[in-house]
Amino acid sequence: MNAYDLVVVGGGPAGVAGALTAAQAGLRVALLDSGARLGGQYFRHLPASFHASREGMLHHGLDRFVRQSGTLERLADLRLGHQVWAVTRQEELLAVHAVMTSDGPHGHPVELPVVLRTRALLIATGAHDRPLPFPGWDLPGVLTAGGAQALLKGNLVAAGRRVVVAGTGPFLLPVAAGLARSGTRVAEVLEANGGLGLAGHPWLALSKAGEAAGYAATLLRHRVPYRTRHAVVAAHGERELTHVSVARIDRDWRIRATRTVECDTLAVGYGFVPQIDLATQLGCDTGHDLDGSPIVTVDASQSTSVPGVYAAGEPTGVGGAVLSELEGRIAGLAIAAELGTPPAGEPPAVPGLLLRRRTRLRAFARALQQAYPVQDGWQSWLADDTLVCRCEEVTLGAIREAQRLGATDARSIKLLARPGMGWCQGRMCGHAVACLAGQAPQPPRRPLAQPITLGALERISDDKPN
Amino acid sequence: MKDLAGARPEPAFEITVDGRPVSVLPGQTVGAALHAAGIRSWRTTRFGGRPRGLFCGIGVCFDCLVSVNGSPEQRACLLVARAGDEVVTS
Amino acid sequence: MADVIVVGAGVVGAACAYYAARAGLDVTVLDRGPVAGGTTGAGEGNILVSDKEPGPELDLAVLSNKLWRELADGVDFEFEAKGGLVVAETPAVLEQLTALAVKQGVEHTLAGDLAAYEPHLAQGLAGGVFYPQDAQVQPMLAAARLIRAAQDRYGHQKVRLRTGVTVTGFLRSGGRVTGVRTSEGDLLAAAVVNAAGTWGGEVARLAGVHLPVLPRRGFILVTEPLRTPLVRHKVYTAAYVTNVASDNEGLETSAVVEGTPSGTVLIGASRERVGFDRTISLPVLQRLAAQAVALFPVLRDVRAIRTYCGFRPYCPDHLPVIGADPRMPGLYHACGHEGAGIGLAPATGHLLAQLLSGQSPSLDLGAFRPDRFPAEAHS
Repeated sequence: MNAYDLVVVGGGPAGVAGALTAAQAGLRVALLDSGARLGGQYFRHLPASFHASREGMLHHGLDRFVRQSGTLERLADLRLGHQVWAVTRQEELLAVHAVMTSDGPHGHPVELPVVLRTRALLIATGAHDRPLPFPGWDLPGVLTAGGAQALLKGNLVAAGRRVVVAGTGPFLLPVAAGLARSGTRVAEVLEANGGLGLAGHPWLALSKAGEAAGYAATLLRHRVPYRTRHAVVAAHGERELTHVSVARIDRDWRIRATRTVECDTLAVGYGFVPQIDLATQLGCDTGHDLDGSPIVTVDASQSTSVPGVYAAGEPTGVGGAVLSELEGRIAGLAIAAELGTPPAGEPPAVPGLLLRRRTRLRAFARALQQAYPVQDGWQSWLADDTLVCRCEEVTLGAIREAQRLGATDARSIKLLARPGMGWCQGRMCGHAVACLAGQAPQPPRRPLAQPITLGALERISDDKPN
Repeated sequence: MKDLAGARPEPAFEITVDGRPVSVLPGQTVGAALHAAGIRSWRTTRFGGRPRGLFCGIGVCFDCLVSVNGSPEQRACLLVARAGDEVVTS
Repeated sequence: MADVIVVGAGVVGAACAYYAARAGLDVTVLDRGPVAGGTTGAGEGNILVSDKEPGPELDLAVLSNKLWRELADGVDFEFEAKGGLVVAETPAVLEQLTALAVKQGVEHTLAGDLAAYEPHLAQGLAGGVFYPQDAQVQPMLAAARLIRAAQDRYGHQKVRLRTGVTVTGFLRSGGRVTGVRTSEGDLLAAAVVNAAGTWGGEVARLAGVHLPVLPRRGFILVTEPLRTPLVRHKVYTAAYVTNVASDNEGLETSAVVEGTPSGTVLIGASRERVGFDRTISLPVLQRLAAQAVALFPVLRDVRAIRTYCGFRPYCPDHLPVIGADPRMPGLYHACGHEGAGIGLAPATGHLLAQLLSGQSPSLDLGAFRPDRFPAEAHS
């Protein structure tokens, strides 16, 4: 059986850097990603059919990423459109289980199982937006900040005509700036945490980097108001969003005063949730990020507690694209050193320079996280009939009733009232339900990391190895 | 908008949404095409009949489910549209 | 001081508390976790008479079925009187099924036209037997709401639920159990009921008695919610009946498929004795999927979105342990129901409450005696 040396899951900055580094060291590498193109969320870019000559306008560092991707395509087995739903140990190897959709006999799409066997695994599955529930957050027209960004960067579609951007964290800036540049009217940018307005934005204060300054300049040029200690606390509309309630909030995010702002679109995000389902399936040790998010614990070489399993990028703690790429590179070098047989007297697998840069970038990421906490006051924005779980339509009232019945933690609340039981498996509401239960979010238990048709599941052992 | 990225997209094609034609630039997802056409609400929930459309936009929330060419519950935000696709909302 | 301490806030503990309170007793329910967090939380909520061999367990199931219907009138736990359909692949198996149904003596119909019951069933099955009494509840809600109903009906002072309290030992005086030691201090009671499910053997050991309750792992696959129900009843193959009664340690699977009010389809059933190992087994999931698709080909394109496992509390003779422990006066057991705990809970609680209040139980509990097992072998 011909196994890969390394399978990388995730084609963002961490995954591409890890795969490329390992492939350049001579390893046999496969990279899987669910998307149609490499890039992940940060380097999501237009399809080739758009012939975009100035796409760098939408991204920092895209050109470099595209060059890396091009090299990777030649050196590794790229499997796009593959959704990884499970990883299991098979004797000395790891089996990476994915599904892909292909056209069946009558043009009817058929989902097929794919199994790749490998000596090492790099988990580079990134993160998704962390929304908070509030009245009306399920109205069409309310998008996550990442969703608005994906429309623009991947499809050249503006999320709306008149947009409010709200939430917390540095990510609000590129989202608002991108929309403003695309000609969308950005009515307001609302940052729930404090600060001295845009000029005193912690991102600017912490880094003299041009990226944040560029976004700030764009917002100023388009005269987009940027307000700190403000939040959208309700969304309104019949079948679609027509206006939002904007509140001035205190340090704990309790409402001081509200007003109405008309908009057809709200882009909202309160940080990110690292995707660590594959790591918890394998039993990797986890810890908590500064903001309480469960993350995968890794050592200096990005190795998890499970032999042969590495993680890089957001799953080890949210830190952005530059840190992700660096972690991917370090993981690639460490895996190459582990699997190869370096001759005696070789320099250390991972140069100290890279490790020191990682230390600096992690400190920066921590400082940003500290500047943008999620405060408990958001819970006071909810009414009894506010949906907390979008999929199963579970209200705050139903969650409180479950607690009165003896559900003392997030898991038993889920068993009694069903939040997190639906399509998204708690990815959207999990953080909120844990907070409502008075708990730190627990590491996910998702043996199926993606939906899989029973037809594909019954055929998982049909697949010929690699 | 196209100036923004210096884009020269290939000619648009059509898909239908509940029988109504919608124009798509090659490479766009079904969800993006619907959004661009001003269709932002295309699913109703099974208990409360609440309207839904794109939310996370990256395949995680499953709110944007549509039926495409007879295959139910496809994530519109992930599925790249193809000429002639028949999209049916629920 | 309570009259009764119930150890375990699963469905069996909840039923014991409900019926004890109804009998006028003062009850405290303890659980080391939340309500319904153990095996109840991993159950499908089956209330079956169809899968029981004639004998004491079937008698218990028939009584329990009646009691569930009474409880459902007034307590909301998504009781669904959907009926169970047992299908046979071959005429020979159909003959065995029919013979069993006659022996069971419970209400049933020969389902000649399977499509009339389940339009999406596979072609080519020999036939089946329909049991209208088979039903389903949402087990976690059932446990939590039974305790709540007991509080509402018989007084919040009379029925107390204490979650997050771990029993660490038993209090004894004059050779009798007089209460429990817990992580939150000592609690006195005239009687202690061991309703700890799969962990019933451990609780018994704390009291110094041997009770061989072992975990028998089962996986369930849960599909995406369907807009149009594809499966109306609880449908399973005849192999399920033999697997339930089997002593095999290795993996056994049989197709059990049913829809739920939330629109999902639940797919079981697997049985393995592998201790408390929660590692997901893809070969098991593959078999569950294959068997479900064989029974309902329409499920081929339906997606599984979730899977989980639970641990059935299994005794060597597949019968539960219900009654006073003659080896330790004051100690009662209500555990070891294997995969039938949800279904058998009300009868268990009802009969135990009769014992606790000094009445003679309306059903002979001889087969469920706690001291029926050989003493633990010392090695």
